[in-house]
Amino acid sequence: MSVWEYIVDLFVNVRTDWIEWLQGFNLASSLIILLDSLIGIILMLIFVFPIVIIFIWLERRFIAWMQLRPGPNRCGPFGLLQPIADAIKTLIKELIMPAKGDKLVHWLAPVVLFFSGLMLFAVIPIGKGHLGALADLNIGILYIVAIGSLSVTAIFMAGWSSNNKYALLGAMRAVAQLVSYEVPMVLSIVGVVLIVGSLQMSEIVGQQSYPFILVQPLGCFIYFIGAMAELNRSPMDQIEAESELTTGYFTEYSGMKFATFFLGEYISTLAIATIVTTLFLGGWKGPFLPVWFWFVFKVFAVFLVILWMRATLIRVRIDQIMAFSWKFLLPMALINIFITAAEVLIWDKWMSGWESFPWPFIFVNWAIAVVLILLWSKIFFKLGGGRVEVGEVRPGYSQGYGADLQAPVS
Amino acid sequence: MELEAQPFVINFGPSHPSTHGVFRLRTILDGEVIVDVEPIFGYLHRGIEKLAEGRTYVQNIPFTDRLDYLASMTANHGYVLAVEKLAGIEVPERAEYLRVIMSELMRISSHLMAVGFLTNELGAMMTPLLYMYREREKILDLFEMVCGQRLTYNYMRFGGVSHDIPREFLPAVKKFVREMPGFIDEYDQLLKENEIVLARTKGVGILPADVAINYSVSGPMLRASGVKWDIRKDDPYSVYDRFDFDIPTGSAGDIYDRYRQRIEEMRQSVRILEQAIEQIPPGEVCTKVPSLLRPPKGEVFARIEAPKGELGYYLVSDGSIAPYRFRVRPPALINLGVLRYMSRGWKIGDLIAIFGSVDICVAEVDR
Repeated sequence: MSVWEYIVDLFVNVRTDWIEWLQGFNLASSLIILLDSLIGIILMLIFVFPIVIIFIWLERRFIAWMQLRPGPNRCGPFGLLQPIADAIKTLIKELIMPAKGDKLVHWLAPVVLFFSGLMLFAVIPIGKGHLGALADLNIGILYIVAIGSLSVTAIFMAGWSSNNKYALLGAMRAVAQLVSYEVPMVLSIVGVVLIVGSLQMSEIVGQQSYPFILVQPLGCFIYFIGAMAELNRSPMDQIEAESELTTGYFTEYSGMKFATFFLGEYISTLAIATIVTTLFLGGWKGPFLPVWFWFVFKVFAVFLVILWMRATLIRVRIDQIMAFSWKFLLPMALINIFITAAEVLIWDKWMSGWESFPWPFIFVNWAIAVVLILLWSKIFFKLGGGRVEVGEVRPGYSQGYGADLQAPVS
Repeated sequence: MELEAQPFVINFGPSHPSTHGVFRLRTILDGEVIVDVEPIFGYLHRGIEKLAEGRTYVQNIPFTDRLDYLASMTANHGYVLAVEKLAGIEVPERAEYLRVIMSELMRISSHLMAVGFLTNELGAMMTPLLYMYREREKILDLFEMVCGQRLTYNYMRFGGVSHDIPREFLPAVKKFVREMPGFIDEYDQLLKENEIVLARTKGVGILPADVAINYSVSGPMLRASGVKWDIRKDDPYSVYDRFDFDIPTGSAGDIYDRYRQRIEEMRQSVRILEQAIEQIPPGEVCTKVPSLLRPPKGEVFARIEAPKGELGYYLVSDGSIAPYRFRVRPPALINLGVLRYMSRGWKIGDLIAIFGSVDICVAEVDR
């Protein structure tokens, strides 16, 4: 094996050598698995943090560039050391605990959020075959869905334990929003699972002879929007809503507890970017260059799109955001499942000669996606999810909300 | 056991990211819905009206800078107009033109801030605001060129302005006037047809014209409700009657109309500036006025169209060097009165947006 070939699939090759070296000691196979996992977890921690730090730096510089300002540029070259300076600053700050808050839950919330984000990386493949992922579970996607929804608990814990009205409002919004977006998000993945016929992440990447965004445009679109809502990123940052709730559920957090929340959110962002890359953008696959390069490149591309949206769009109101999930994304996700299932049937019955999912479906699916989005947005406004028509005041929202309104201020 | 629901009282402020200063909104919520809202102010009260009674007329000009610090030039303008009316001072023509140029530049700057902060309160992550800061910086550079200050100008004097403009000022204004419509188009590109902006602002916080008149609302808020009332046209002061400009009006009086109103007014201000630069005559910029001015006994009320609404000054003179009474009609405070009417029944996010569309400056509200 030449040096280049070794570098191309670096992660898998190093891991293979490491396991072979361990087997040389005649250890029990369970011990080998344990040692392998331990090293994997440590490596993951070592590699996730630098990427998160680059993420934070990139976010600040990229948004600054979009907003015609220089951004951080004092610490190190191009301000690269700014996240480290921030980390030191938050470390030496006082930890404030609300007097009537729930101490244990208040401490636990950032930890839960942090690890629920970190655990997602376990099943993400960064190289060929089974050894590409730290733990290539045969229920990989199910694992992602299960672990991904843990963050709701953390956010509600934070909001409840803070004993603060802003935090409580933020937490209430969080529960409503995150639970609603979980549904279309999970359903949008089903299309991919139907095509691949497996829940295993390595299998999903292995079958993408072209990125699945081409055959699953609708699924990718729904998953991406759902992910934005899960991450509380603008335009779906109802939960934090700086101009309304100061910072929502972590209003009462300071010092390292705040930093843990902050890091946890960025780790979740990184995780979502890797999941989008794996499911819809072909994972580590790419021509000529090393596979890890393609993986990191795609992850950063997804992250930049998230940043772009954050810098451009305006926050949606809470009832609009809920309506968007239930009246727009959910029906679209169901229709997407139906169409994909029909196509998989056709592939099985009449096009069984095709090795991968037949490419003619790309055009069909894109056409369906465009027409559906255009049509459904019209229906969506009829259903009351969009703007209020001028002159018409809807019941329940109107100036005459109820008889109580006429009561004098006490 | 019977459970009773309690009203959820939440205070937005006194220190809150979107209260434009130290200002409190005591809000009673039913879930996310606003049941009642009560603006509480006075945190920034400096007693300017009382302080002014102990100072001479000229010494009071810097006080007016500190009323609405986002539009100091117009605040100056209103005060000097009142004193000139009281003492019967003539103003040279060139000075009148300079005042109009400064006031219109100030109006553009203030409206930029109003629209920028409105988008911020709607939840944009600073981007439109920072684009608007770019143009505001240019206006502040122009002011710095004229009077050396960027925020509190103290530029107007009784009988004119403090000093003449430098030679490079008019070409710089010309350049600004040429570029500004392009920048306004740029904001429109980002915001005007944006689906989320429309969803958040159309039909929200409606202020009908009759209610607006009853609450004595003025300025862009009143015009956005469809009332064609602009003191520059209806009760012309300075040399505003010599310019050809329109008064844009809205139709529904919702947040979107108020936002559009400010954008259209910026376009009209650019038109006024274009004409003012063409017409400005040479000559004196200030008549000789004694520094210890003793206006004759009497009272006067002068009003101008400030960016935020009708800014009025009521002065009573007892013939001494200081005003006996110095009273300001702050447009922002009076426009705030209608906040409760507009925001009841809407949600928290709407309350903040409606509050932003009123465009207040707490320094002026509390004085």
